Amino acid sequence: MISNLAVLPIVIPLIAGVIAILINRKLTIVRRFAQILTAVNTIVVGYILFYVSQNGAVILEAGDWMAPFGIVLVADLLSVVLVFTTNIIALACVFYAPKSLSDQQEEFYFYTFYFLLISGVSGAFITGDLFNLFVFFEVLLMASYGLIVLGGDKVQLRESIKYVLINLFSSMLFVTTVAFLYSVVGTVNMAQIAQRVGEVEQTGVLTAIGILLFFVFGTKAALFPLYYWLPKPYIAPNPVVSALFGALLTKVGIYSLLRVFSIIFVHKSDVTHELFIWIAALTLIFGAIGAMSTQNIKLIVAYNIIPAVGFMLLGIGVYNSTGYAGTVYYLLSDMIIKAALFLLVGAIAYLAGTSDLRKIRGLIHHYPFLGWIFFIAALVLSGIPPFSGFIGKLLLLQGAIEADKIIVALIGLACSLLILLSVMRIFVRGFWGEKDESIIPDKKAARGFALPVVFLLFFSILLGVGAEWFYPSIASIGDYLMNPETYIQSVLKE
Amino acid sequence: MEIVMSILAGILFTTGIYNLLQKQMLRIIIGTALISHGAHLFILTMGELKRGKPPVLSDDIVNYSDPLPQALILTSIVISFGVTSLLLVLAYRASKENGTDNMEKLRGNEND
Repeated sequence: MISNLAVLPIVIPLIAGVIAILINRKLTIVRRFAQILTAVNTIVVGYILFYVSQNGAVILEAGDWMAPFGIVLVADLLSVVLVFTTNIIALACVFYAPKSLSDQQEEFYFYTFYFLLISGVSGAFITGDLFNLFVFFEVLLMASYGLIVLGGDKVQLRESIKYVLINLFSSMLFVTTVAFLYSVVGTVNMAQIAQRVGEVEQTGVLTAIGILLFFVFGTKAALFPLYYWLPKPYIAPNPVVSALFGALLTKVGIYSLLRVFSIIFVHKSDVTHELFIWIAALTLIFGAIGAMSTQNIKLIVAYNIIPAVGFMLLGIGVYNSTGYAGTVYYLLSDMIIKAALFLLVGAIAYLAGTSDLRKIRGLIHHYPFLGWIFFIAALVLSGIPPFSGFIGKLLLLQGAIEADKIIVALIGLACSLLILLSVMRIFVRGFWGEKDESIIPDKKAARGFALPVVFLLFFSILLGVGAEWFYPSIASIGDYLMNPETYIQSVLKE
Repeated sequence: MEIVMSILAGILFTTGIYNLLQKQMLRIIIGTALISHGAHLFILTMGELKRGKPPVLSDDIVNYSDPLPQALILTSIVISFGVTSLLLVLAYRASKENGTDNMEKLRGNEND
């Protein structure tokens, strides 16, 4: 009975999305409905998080079929904490949405797509089956196709074609890889794959499959040679959609890498994980340079996703429990702060009437509060000590040094500096300077935009200041990822 | 039999990728369709093409072909069908709004 908890974070948004189809024309009702349902879902997930942290992983065998034969949903601490973070971001976005979307866009099934996206992301975090992971990827991608093109102006249509094509191609590659893996190990259940790969000690063909899987998830997560598709499609849609994308989609790719390369392909870590470290270094460098290269404030934040996934990949690559703990800490912190930053630059672009940094100046005279929360968000992003970005990066660099990867750790530090510079540029150029008299301040809109961001920043600061409370559980996730036997045994019950 | 099918899937992938690298939008979509055909054929092949009976339960048959890849393909076919139909409508709208179906001309400027 209690194991049914694992399915709730997937089913609640799914049902809510279906109901939202029926009431899409009544805007006030559908808005209220979406806000309440997201809050309910957050509370439910909060309870699951509490339950899992007290009693250990909740494992649901769908339809009472035993583990390798049916689909299993594995709600362990890692997945539940990510689902909880997803819901916090969703909660901020659903309150931001009415202010930033036009009525027509909201009527045109925004809330349905939004709920399906949340359902798909939660499903991808919770599933314990590789093909089921593919299906949840498609659920969230289909919803994201709907969201990215919502509104249908020239830029969106142009960029969404590229986005759909690259994702369709990587999905097909995913299916092909699952077929390869099925022919070698004869199962699609992650725990049983891990067991069988462990029995044969990962032969050459399995390493090749592992690298292929890395390419699939690397495309989803925008890693070094595969990130070219990301920045422009991410700034084409409405800011609230960009925030959901930037916070959730690439992180699902990183989570899949984390799972697959901590449970299944661990026996040839000198080949695979060594590759990751260098790809992480290149991702960091290219992403940070990209963020410095542009004057478009939305594009600066979109490019900042890339060095962040580089940091997380570094944690996966160093392959020790400190590195894993750092990845998880940084993942949580980065999901929240990317959503906050996308919402903030969306607000700035709306209030200033342009997203070109050369045309914005002196906003702090009109919107002091917005300016200072942007300043805090920039500090969190670059990892200044009291905030949450710091602890994640500290653990990651500590992990890298433990694994004797000093050069990559130094590259990481240098890139942090560039990241700080790229977002501070928005603050210095856009907020400082002489007062722009032509702007008529819209205080009410600014307050509406600021509230969801403050909500996100609260969690971000809590995660940094309260590191003493969270660190033990996250360190235990790091140890858990280092010992895949725990996962395999709890799923297969041997 | 598996070798023939693997080569066929490889040919489908090759032609699919060739079409994907063209400029015209419709040829790109045909390329994605060919790639998904290749992938589906590949799943079927990788599940081993044993000459058993169709996986429908009845008493007098002992040797069944593997039902799991067939279920996986069916799921994957429906998904790629949905994405392809979305992509076709998207291409129609995009070429109408932008006045071209040439991917080379669909480039974006940074600040628009």
